[in-house]
Amino acid sequence: MRKKSLAVAAGVASLALTASIASADTLSNIKSKGFLQCGVNVALAGFSASDDKGQWTGLDVDFCRAVAAAVFGDPSKVKFTGLTAKDRFTALQSGEIDVLSRNTTWTVSRDTSLGISFVGVMYYDGQGFMINARKLPDVKSVKQLSGAVICVAAGTTTELNLADYFKANKIDYTPVVFDTLEEATAAYNAGRCDAFTNDQSGLYAARLQTSSPKDYVVLPEIISKEPLGPAVRQGDAKWLNIVKWTYFALLDAEEAGINRSNVDEMKGSSNPDIKRILGTEAGTKIGTDLGLSNDWVVNIVKATGNYGEIFERNLGSGSPLNISRGVNALWTKGGIQYGVPIR
Amino acid sequence: MQQHDIAWVRTDMTLAQPAPNSEVGILAWMRKNLFATRADMLLTVVAVIIAAWALPQILSWLFFNAVWVGTDRTACLTIEQGGQLPAGWSAACWPFVSNRFGYFMFGRYPLEERWRVILAGAIFVGLLVPLLIPRAPLKRANAILFFGIYPFIAFVLLVGGVFGLPYVETPLWGGLMVTLVLAYVGIVVSLPLGIVLALGRRSRMPTIKLLSVIFIETVRGVPLVTVLFMAAFMLPLFVPPGTTFDKLLRALIGVALFSSAYMAEVVRGGLQAMPKGQYEGADSLGLSYWQKTGLIIMPQALKLVIPGIVNSFIGLFKDTTLVLVISMFDLLGIVKQGISGDANWATPQTARTGYVFAAVIFWIFCFGMSRYSQYVERRLETGHGR
Repeated sequence: MRKKSLAVAAGVASLALTASIASADTLSNIKSKGFLQCGVNVALAGFSASDDKGQWTGLDVDFCRAVAAAVFGDPSKVKFTGLTAKDRFTALQSGEIDVLSRNTTWTVSRDTSLGISFVGVMYYDGQGFMINARKLPDVKSVKQLSGAVICVAAGTTTELNLADYFKANKIDYTPVVFDTLEEATAAYNAGRCDAFTNDQSGLYAARLQTSSPKDYVVLPEIISKEPLGPAVRQGDAKWLNIVKWTYFALLDAEEAGINRSNVDEMKGSSNPDIKRILGTEAGTKIGTDLGLSNDWVVNIVKATGNYGEIFERNLGSGSPLNISRGVNALWTKGGIQYGVPIR
Repeated sequence: MQQHDIAWVRTDMTLAQPAPNSEVGILAWMRKNLFATRADMLLTVVAVIIAAWALPQILSWLFFNAVWVGTDRTACLTIEQGGQLPAGWSAACWPFVSNRFGYFMFGRYPLEERWRVILAGAIFVGLLVPLLIPRAPLKRANAILFFGIYPFIAFVLLVGGVFGLPYVETPLWGGLMVTLVLAYVGIVVSLPLGIVLALGRRSRMPTIKLLSVIFIETVRGVPLVTVLFMAAFMLPLFVPPGTTFDKLLRALIGVALFSSAYMAEVVRGGLQAMPKGQYEGADSLGLSYWQKTGLIIMPQALKLVIPGIVNSFIGLFKDTTLVLVISMFDLLGIVKQGISGDANWATPQTARTGYVFAAVIFWIFCFGMSRYSQYVERRLETGHGR
């Protein structure tokens, strides 16, 4: 209840504010202060975390660096604000941050009532289930979980999705609800439940903390859509474009085979598609029309690599999480990540 | 020499004899303290059994079986989890703490500037220790330095931006350093402010009394989390866009005001315990209000409530962990961040190790405060205590 009323209060207050903030030109603001202020998750494995030295790493973090590279040509000109689920929207509305890149699910109500605009989907997530294959060797599908005890964190949409799905499929189950995700994970590891449900990316992280990761299997069903993406304040179309096209540029670069190591030689390519992406076409105005320099994609790819490189480094084979691309593969490779053409 | 009627009277003192063997030594101590009655015996035996059962496990988890060196999660994984350790291994994973120690202490404070935090800490200890030792000289000068001058030195050192020190913004601060800054400011502000509020609440001037009551009851009526949340997120929505208040400053003000309200009630308890005769005696000597309060009432009242004051301090020290909800990272917050966020350290033992580390650090500080307060109580004991 309290969360709800706070959100309403924040919404009302933001309505009064959007008028004054919206008119502000975010890009020139950022340029004059000399850095991009980016809101990220406090700690979510693979998406946003601090390494031993306190450096930010992760998929969401790298997206911020890509935007900074597009604007300044320098990925280090970004400052991060760690945000909790409660304060993320307020931080964006109040102008404390310029981009919210904090594994936030894109929904219509957030687009309409919170005064923010989502720019794309950095990671297609969805709620899944994990079981211990040694204990339940025959279970290959969620539908076989009849009568199972399921660990879940309270107060999230996760709990609601779980109830909806099992009701719709007429399966009996006993939910064991925990206050936080950490407690739910710990209880599952201690063997309190037959299955554990969470967003799939979180399941992979939880698996690393179990005593025998190899025994744990993530079931194929995904029972909810959680498209996680960055968002900006409503009312500044120019800034929205820059962040949106940074996202598309990451995808287009991967599709065109442009990566961190070959970006310089690709600049000499005669392929018209690549020339347009990298801004080497004669008389191109794509970058300057966005309010950036024409080599903006070169800067992005040099800084963070293309989408695939960012993914593999933080979530995939380069990380202990080892999440497969799945639906997050490019549309050309059976996934649904589709980079709108740069032309 | 006088003759006695009775048969024999001893005329010289007996030499002191050593206590009988049954009254000295470890056996006697055990008999008196551990096995005095049947109930005591039972309790002792049960306690010994519990200790014998738990201690080896605790020690082997903490020390004997623990992993001490490593650079990432593989150091703390068993073979079936993808590491080197024997199957079934379960003990502390200290490399998680040692690799991140600097981060746990200073947060994201730039590496090359950390000497400033260490220097500020060293000055803090250098001023605090002589202040706590009753025999050390120059108490007054020391106190002025610690409470009056030190905050400015620390501010310049930690924030920088002057004297050629690069500016370090507070969002980069974290870890134990934030815990200590919050606790120090909370303690240094709340005691004087609490005294003023307590006096205000007992004042005969209606405006002052009303204001004090309103402040105390309002602040005590809401949880600290709410105060912090309002200070951190609602405030920026009500000030003109572009004006930024430092978040740490907002949290500091929130914590200081909150603890002042509690402190005021503790001090008021001491004031109420003063017999009326003390006030009347002071009045009859012709002392002014401030003389009466400063010389007669307050020294006695504060002495009475030392346990309450220290209790508030310890509570405040632990309450600083609540700044986590406004995305500031005190010691506990930063440990939690490493546990849930860093896939490079995701092992079954990371969470336990991290929390044990945080708990030990908190315990050291709180236990230290508690012991010192008991020492001060004993020193000031003048017949009020038992």
